[in-house]
Amino acid sequence: MRYAIARDTIEKFGGYALSHLQINNLKTHHLGPINLTVSDGSAISIRGNSGAGKSLLLRAIADLDPHQGEVLLDDVSSNDYRGSQWRQRVGYLPAMSQWWGDGVREHFIHAIDQSLLASWLNTLELDEAILDAPISTLSSGERQRVALLRLLANQPQALLLDEPTASLDHDNTLRVEKLVADYQAQHRCIVIWVSHDPEQLARVASRHFIIKQGQLVPLPASQTQALLGAPA
Amino acid sequence: MTLITLSLWDLSLAALLVIALALLSFQMKLGVSRSIIVAALRTVIQLLLIGLILKWLFGTTHPGWLILVSLIMLLAAGREVMVRQQRRFAGIQSFALGTVSLFISTIVVTLLVLTVVISADPWYTPQYAIPLLGMMFGNTMNGIALGLDRLTQTAWQQREVIEARLTLGQTPLQAISDIRRESTRSGMIPIINAMAVAGIVSLPGMMTGQIMAGADPMDAVSYQILIMFMVTAGTGLGTIFAVAMASRHLFDERERLRLDRLQKAVV
Repeated sequence: MRYAIARDTIEKFGGYALSHLQINNLKTHHLGPINLTVSDGSAISIRGNSGAGKSLLLRAIADLDPHQGEVLLDDVSSNDYRGSQWRQRVGYLPAMSQWWGDGVREHFIHAIDQSLLASWLNTLELDEAILDAPISTLSSGERQRVALLRLLANQPQALLLDEPTASLDHDNTLRVEKLVADYQAQHRCIVIWVSHDPEQLARVASRHFIIKQGQLVPLPASQTQALLGAPA
Repeated sequence: MTLITLSLWDLSLAALLVIALALLSFQMKLGVSRSIIVAALRTVIQLLLIGLILKWLFGTTHPGWLILVSLIMLLAAGREVMVRQQRRFAGIQSFALGTVSLFISTIVVTLLVLTVVISADPWYTPQYAIPLLGMMFGNTMNGIALGLDRLTQTAWQQREVIEARLTLGQTPLQAISDIRRESTRSGMIPIINAMAVAGIVSLPGMMTGQIMAGADPMDAVSYQILIMFMVTAGTGLGTIFAVAMASRHLFDERERLRLDRLQKAVV
């Protein structure tokens, strides 16, 4: 039933439906209860001091940590999927990328359209040869960008990005922002962007939140600019 | 050819060697002197006890006693597997995991050999059953303990890699496949190596014992080959089973990595 509705909506929008993510009473040891709705393929930002629980929130949404409450993507609860299937739809990019194989290519879990991958590499201004390079020869900035690519290759409908540009210079930061924006526009997915950089958050998201004492507090639109500039 | 019986005096002389090693270790601050003495005492007491029990058991042929003795051996081996884990599953799970793996591998192989290969009559003749079970438990225990220890240690060290793989949508089976393979292999390698060098570098203990006790060398060799095959099959099966069960238990029903199920051993 749910799937039938989703398919119907997909046809209406010519390819992808506008995704929405709903979080009901999410609770872990350190967080919550957290309620949040991210609708219509929009992007939100989350900031907060180190150790406030930004990563823990993203991990709980990706169902990597035990939690109470419910997370729904396009009206389907995470509990209706197997964990692995859920994480393919809800793509979480940790702050530190991890690599287990020797080469870049073997870290792409599923087969991906090569021309699409080439266009992504082009947006990031990375050479296609990087796909055949040994991981050990990649710089931390290159790893961060390739980690984003291997995540996007799963074609997730929600992106949870944990400081995705932390080891990048300004130009490469803008390129990553552009790739995420392009992907978001094409897939109509939702994005939750965690960062310490207020200017970046103002660029990439339309609604802004801050994590304080385990609670997710919205920053009112009128105060957003002022608050983003101020220390948390 | 008669067996030269060892006297208490002979054994005491041998014990001096161990005591000398303990003293040397103490001098070198290796921190194992205590363990050496305790383990040596355990060897003496446990072997004397089993000698008395065997002497008595060989006089009876009631299968109930045999089952009781093998059960005690099984539980002791299961406990040993558990205490050798640096990071083990909390509570009874760790003990159950080792014991069930030991039971499945050891009992199946030993029963098969007793009934089909040796065809002892009756199959529970303790003179055959007890030594075979002992050899099986001792070796299978090593394989299972090594495999499990490697699995839990590596999973702990590489938790971020395993979670990265889960994050990208891999199933637990895929995410831990490399570690699982390595761990199973490390449990099986000692026994494979033992087969490879048997008779060239090392004369296996059981065979040596039989020959010293006056058995025909060819008979002793035949039994040693049988034991080697049994032990290899049992160790392999037990390790594969134990590592598979433990790998599965490192994840929960939501396919999350649950290292909080492990606890560090208090040394």
